[in-house]
Formats: sequence, C-alpha cells, structure tokens
Amino acid sequence: MLRAHLARRCPPIHFLPVRATRKQQAQNEGQLTSARTLPIAGSPQPKPSTNLWSGWLRGTLFATALAIVTTAPVLAATDDIKATNFLLDNGMEVVVIPDHRAPIVTHMVWYKIGSADEPPGKSGIAHFSEHLMFKATAKHAAGELTRAVAEIGGSHNAFTSYDYTAFYERVAPSALEQMMSFEADRMRNLTLTDDVVNTERDVILEERRLRIDNDPEAVLNEEVVTTLWQSQPYRIPVIGWMHEIEKLNRTDAVAFYDNYYRPNNAVLVVAGDVEPETVKSLAEKTYGKVPRGPDLPPRDRPSEPVQNTRRTLTLSDARVAVPFFSRHWVVPSYRTAEPGEAEALDLLAQILGGGNRSRLYQALVVQQGIAAAAGAYFEGTMLDASHFSIHGSPRGYAKLADIEAAVDAEIARIARNGVTTDELEKTKERYVRSVIFDHDEQNSVANMYGSTLASGGNVKDVEEWPDRIRKVTADQVKAVAARYLVSNHSTTGYLLPKEN
Amino acid sequence: MPNQLRSAVAQALSSPVGGGRAARLASWLAVLSVAVFFLILPPLTARAAVNIQEVKSEKGITAWLVEDHTLPIVTLHLVFDGGTTQDPVGKEGLANLMIGLFDEGAGDYDSDTFQVQLDDAGAEMSFDARRDGIHGSMRMLSERQEAAFGLIRLAVNRPRFDPAPVERIRAQLLSEITTNEREPHAIAELAWRRRLYGTHPYSRPPEGTRESLARITPADLSAFHKAAFAREGLHVAVVGDIDAKALSARLDQLFGDLPQKQALAPVPDVTPNLGQWTLVAYALPQTSLQLAFPGIGRSDPEFYAAQLINDILGGSSFTSRLFQEVREKRGLAYGVSSSLEGYQHSNTLVVTTSTRADRAAETLDLIRQVIKALVDTGPTAAELEASKKYLIGAYAIDNLGSSSSISATLVGLQLDKRGIDYIQRRPAFIKQVTLDQVRAAAKKLLSAEPAIMGVGQRLGGVP
Repeated sequence: MLRAHLARRCPPIHFLPVRATRKQQAQNEGQLTSARTLPIAGSPQPKPSTNLWSGWLRGTLFATALAIVTTAPVLAATDDIKATNFLLDNGMEVVVIPDHRAPIVTHMVWYKIGSADEPPGKSGIAHFSEHLMFKATAKHAAGELTRAVAEIGGSHNAFTSYDYTAFYERVAPSALEQMMSFEADRMRNLTLTDDVVNTERDVILEERRLRIDNDPEAVLNEEVVTTLWQSQPYRIPVIGWMHEIEKLNRTDAVAFYDNYYRPNNAVLVVAGDVEPETVKSLAEKTYGKVPRGPDLPPRDRPSEPVQNTRRTLTLSDARVAVPFFSRHWVVPSYRTAEPGEAEALDLLAQILGGGNRSRLYQALVVQQGIAAAAGAYFEGTMLDASHFSIHGSPRGYAKLADIEAAVDAEIARIARNGVTTDELEKTKERYVRSVIFDHDEQNSVANMYGSTLASGGNVKDVEEWPDRIRKVTADQVKAVAARYLVSNHSTTGYLLPKEN
Repeated sequence: MPNQLRSAVAQALSSPVGGGRAARLASWLAVLSVAVFFLILPPLTARAAVNIQEVKSEKGITAWLVEDHTLPIVTLHLVFDGGTTQDPVGKEGLANLMIGLFDEGAGDYDSDTFQVQLDDAGAEMSFDARRDGIHGSMRMLSERQEAAFGLIRLAVNRPRFDPAPVERIRAQLLSEITTNEREPHAIAELAWRRRLYGTHPYSRPPEGTRESLARITPADLSAFHKAAFAREGLHVAVVGDIDAKALSARLDQLFGDLPQKQALAPVPDVTPNLGQWTLVAYALPQTSLQLAFPGIGRSDPEFYAAQLINDILGGSSFTSRLFQEVREKRGLAYGVSSSLEGYQHSNTLVVTTSTRADRAAETLDLIRQVIKALVDTGPTAAELEASKKYLIGAYAIDNLGSSSSISATLVGLQLDKRGIDYIQRRPAFIKQVTLDQVRAAAKKLLSAEPAIMGVGQRLGGVP
C-alpha cells in the first residue's frame, strides 16, 4: 500500500505555516514545532503524511472522515476522557475534555464566523481578521502573546474555514489562565493601525500565492468549488480572491472584528490535563469579564438552486504530467440532512473510496490496474449543505476517460445493488476504531467538539455519532448513492498536461 | 488509568535508576526505569509524567516502553538501520518499493487476505524508507493484540513480494516519478541533492528513477529485506496498554527469529558542497528560496549552542529574527524559517522561504543581512535566555503529547544514542550554554557561503 499522495481539498488556513515534518528526519531533535513525528498511515485508511491538518477535520480526501472524533459510548472504560460543557453568563459556550496522560492542555477559542459569512466583495476578510488578531491590543504589544507562549515552550496558531475561525495555544496547565487572559483581551481590545494592516495584507497575499497561485491543481480546485456552488457562499475561497484581498483595509477589518468577536459568538474548548471546575473558575475570571455583545442575526445564507446540468472545467498546464479528475456533488451536511442521511453518506464515502479496501481502490487500482489513485470523500461538518467528492488518476497506458467510466460504474453498482452487510459492518467497525485512535491526540478531540459547535451542532451530536453510525442500514447507503451521486448533475474538474 | 502511571512513577523515583528495582525482577525481564517529569513545570502541576522502562526480552531484544492504560491502544515504533542509502547503484528506489509491499502479502497470506486480516484485527501498520533507516509504525486495539502482533510478525519476518502487488506498487511509484518530472519544485529538489552531495548515496532520489525502478526484481527485494531486517540494527519503542512482561514476550514473537547481524554497505560521511547556486527557472508568481549552511551532529559538544542559534535565527517561527524581519516588518513572505537537518552522515542548517517574484532578490538580500548581523554581533543575552526557555519547554509539549509522538521520540533518542534518562538531562545541557558559545556557533555555521536554491523567475543579479 502506498500512502495517499494527494490532498485535494482546502484545509483550514492557518496563521502560521504548519511545518510538515520532513519525511527523512528520523530524529526528534530539531523538530521544533510539530508534535507529529511520523505518519501513522493506517492500513485500510491511508492517512496522508504528516502535517497538522491531515489528522483532523477531515481536511483531505483520504480517510479523513475517520478523523471524526467522538466519545463516551466506545470509551466506556476511559471515563477520564469525557466532555463536560457549560455556558458563561455572557453567552460564551465552554467544553472541557480532560485527559491526564501528559501535563499539556490545548486551549482553543472558536468563533462562529467564517468566510461564508463575509460581506459581498470582501472575500478574505474573515481570514485577514484572524491574522490581525495577533497584533497589538490596548493592553499588550504585538508579539507579547507569542513571547509568553514561547517562554514556556508552548505552541500556538489560528485557522479560518468556511464556517468558523479558531485560535489555539498548546501549553502547560499552569499557563492556562494566562492564555485565557490573552485570548479574552484580544477578543475585544485590538488596536489596529493602517501600517500594521497594510503589512499584514502583504503577508496574506503571499499566503495566497503559496497556497493557490503557484499550484495548478489548487488553481483548478478553486474554480471547481466556485462552480459547484452557484449561490451558497461556500463558492468563495476562504483565503479570498486576489483582487478583493488587495483592497481590504483597516475599516473593513475593524467592522468585521467588532461584529463577530464577541463572547456570545464564541466557543471555548479546553482539552488536556485539567479539571472542568478549574476551567470554569478560570474562564469566569477571564472571559467572564468580557461583556456580552448584541445578539447576532441568524446565519441564514443563500442556498443552492436545483442543478440541471453536468458542469465541467479543464485546466491544462505544462507542470502536469499525470492527468487527474475530481467530481463533486452538493449533498446535505449533518446539520441540514434528514435523519440518517449524513451518516449514510459518511459510510458511502468510506465504502466507495476510503482507503485501500474500498471499492474504487480495489476495482481500479488492484483489479483493473488502470488507476494510480482513486478515492471518495464526504465533508459532513458544515453549517449549510455540503459536498461529496470522488477523484482518480490513471496509470500506465490507461486514459483519464477509462478512470472516469470505471468510477461511474462503481457508483452505479452501489446505486443499483447496494452494499453488502459485510462491507457495511467492517466500515462501521473502522469508524469505531478510529474514534479510539483519535483520542490519542488532544488536538483531534478538541477540534471535533470545536468544529461541531461552531457550525451549528452540539456536544450531544458528537457523543451520539458512533451510535448513529451503527444504526445505518445497507438500504440507506444505497438510497443516498442513488439520490445524490448522479453524474448528469455534477461538477467535474480535469487537470491535464499541456501538449505542445 | 493515570493512577497506575503515577504509581509507577513514584516507584521508579523511590529507587535509583537501574538499581535495586531491576534486581528484584524475574530473570526473564531486565528493566531500567526512568521517570521523566515535565521539567518545565512547577511541581504542583505535574500530575502526569512519562515513565520510560527499558525492557529486554529472553532472546535479547531491547525496547523502551511507556506503559499507560488510559486508552485501550498499543503503539509501536521501530527502526532498522540502513534506509535508502542501501539502495544498490542502478537500483535506486529499492527500499521505497519494499516498504510499500509490507501489507501486500506475508507468510501464508496473499495481499488480499493479509489486508482483510489486518483490518479485522483492528490494526494499522505503516513503513517509511528514510535516508538512514526503515521506520515502521503500528498501532492496535489492545483487546485484539493477539491477531495484530501475529500479522506484524509475518510482515516483518516473511514478506512475500508476490509478482502482482510488486508490479502494481511499482506502477504507482512510477506514476509519482512521472508527476515529479514536470514539477519545478520537485525538479529543483533532485538537482539540489546532486549539487550538495555529489556522488554520495544522499545525492540519489529515494523514490528512484524510471530506469532504476524498472530494474528491481523480487529477488532484490528479498535480498534487501534479509540484509536490513536483523536484530542488531533494530530499535523499538512501545507506548500504551501493555506491561513490561507482556512486551518482553511480544518482542521475541516479532523479532526473535530475525538474523542477528545486518549486512549493510558502509556509508561514508559527507560534507555538503556549499557556496553554489541551483536555479530552476519557471514563470511562477512566487519564488521559493532555500539556503544551506554547514550543520552540526547531535553528538557534537556544540550541538546545543547550534540549536539555540538556529532557534534565534529562524526556529520558533514568530519570535525569530528572520520571521520578524521578513514577515512581520515587511510582509515579504507567509513563512520563513531555519532548521538543523541532521542525518547520520551529513548535517546542514537550512533556511527556507517563498516570496513574490518581483521582490525575491530583495528578500534573499535581507535574509543574508539578518544572518550576517547574527554572525557579526551574535544574539543578545535576552534572546539567548528566551530561546533556552523555549527549547527546554517545547520538548515535552512537542514530543510527548500522544502515544504516537512519544514512541517516535523514544526511537529517535535510541538512534541518537542518548540514553534512557536523556529527557531528564537535556535541560541542563541547554542551560549551561554560554553567550560566547552561541556566538562561536553562529560564526562556525553561518559564516560560510551557503548553497542557494531558487525556484521561479530569474532573480536580478544572480548568476
């Protein structure tokens, strides 16, 4: 088995570069930032290499639905790791997941604000605001938080996605109160100047060039997403469009910050070596002092019209040697689905294209020997409707059209004949196992609660998830395949070599 | 059950390291136990700690163990010395192809049966071919460890290298090689290696070439496996829901029947060729820059001074001089950093960034000015102090936060021959470094004319 080499979807965008551990680096010294020193590429679910987002948030096409983390039912024996949640008087939600194996805490603040909430013409302002949160406040000079984190050997970062923006510090428990006090301060007290805003805008323009403009696959993907969504704001890239980022200014940033950085729009998640009572008293002392803001309007966004066409996009580029295609459909998310549908989509994604025991891998890569890679992915944790994707690339003398036809045939087979009890049960089993494995990482657990709560879900959704997965029937999986994966109503991107 | 962990810690502390406690153990098991408290912390917060035991099996296999029953998981990390440097000339890519085949059939199981069994056992297994060693990572549910260990045993001892999976994995690797052939950054990486390392094995592509990959036979795969998978080149660390006695038996089950001696080709040390340029021209909107300076080995007495100077220059991203000058003050890049890249036979200090094409020359110039200033006047006492605190504290937070990272860290310590109590001793090594020593390290590493790689549009004034 080979590790999956393609990550085809935009992960959340981080404030600081998330340093991927160099593959060749055997030793631990010198790896100053990454806790992950080796890819744990699972046998049935190859996880793509080493960077921070590969293990969580299902940030990539492969395997990642398995990174969905949850708790109690499968972990009856481990009461030590169980979530507690409560509300501060000013409306800030709090989730605590104690884990006493190491004296480390992961402290995160999630704001229920993402790129899909941006005003028209201001794409990138959510991400820009996230960057500006590291600047001076009335109380602290720029860089003080970073120095405080570095002083104790901690790490910190922030990231922005469609539905949320999050900030985190990973520190010793003794520094938790200090971190809370810094986060509570910058929730309301940023003091932005034009100089600071202008220089940081150059940073995010470089970030855009790095993530998108330098990479033909990312350039194609950006427009595929924009085409998949005709109306819903997920069509706009999280990082923003170049011509709009260039015009973002201090006034835009201040307005956005004032509207959304409020305790009643935030979720505090603390995972690690700490007790819920301690978190509660520290949170009341720090965040609790921040006054509640005005009630925010409901996050009602434009929704998608019915799709009647098969949309295709093609990018030919001299840097491409092996062609690649990906196909996408609008499907419900956990929040918008009828009961059981999102769970069925999760299982469908795994059975169809999750790892090397999946139908696509077995049929195209192993049996027919025509594909270098093939897989499927479903993103379930979104505020609004979400997407289901498949992808493939040929090997040897096979043509891209062969891969496409073979993928369509596998989808049609499930839509027609359904899935077997054996593959359904084994897939459920893998999910349950992944939940246990994911509890090895504080980040994974914290991210699952944070992303769920910041995109319209609650603690119960996370905790009940394994049971809800267990209840899915083979007929439900067949039904969602037949209902949603219709190639005449899809959006497909082709990345092709440029022939001279 | 951290209580168990805590009592183990207390017990370990009540007897001297390697002393009376080990003597009391039954003869099948020799245990050297070291408790590592997180030294950064005030004692009152040290509720948890990592207790490292050395376990030696009946057949003489040694492993480091951190026993922790909080989660029903066992994590194992192993390394066999050797790695891609052992690829024969003309058969580059051999180690990499081999590790792609460890779950493609072993013992009496063909590829399909093996994968189904592994899945049913609830286990994950992956291998990685690095320059100096083959790394393996496994994790399993402890309640199903019987089946999981049985399969890992087969993979390690009796991989099959059947023709069909060999051809399939070879074709997938060929597809990766093909993908890299037109990608400017991948092209540059290959050229950079050749420039830095000449004809040394480090110069060769670990994934091989079209031609070398095509030449590899199943007999080559078996020969590589036989030469590298032996007890004397093995390093193992285990974390999780297993005790020393059970692990001892598992070590013999997994590795006890391997040959004693490895048959590795000697690999010489190499000094990288610095003071030269590698440019890959392509009309990209952003130019990538990489500078390589001399590095330093982990066993060198000046290693900690070098680590500190690296951290001050570009290590802990936000506070470093490069980050401040390049990103924070001028907005020239999203990322800029430096790192010490240590391999068994060569070391470098590498600075990397990416910046808009029209300001690439300016950015390169700025980086070189920052480096020159650090060489000329050295870091301040305050910078050194801050960096010491960071390096001491970050070790635990970065390396000891999960079973996977602990097991990888412990194997790394074995590879570096650090000793089981290294984590306890390490803060003192860092604390005792003086300002003069750090200044000397800056001069030693950063005075040299670096090797420079650029990928993107031509820089003004560059040869």
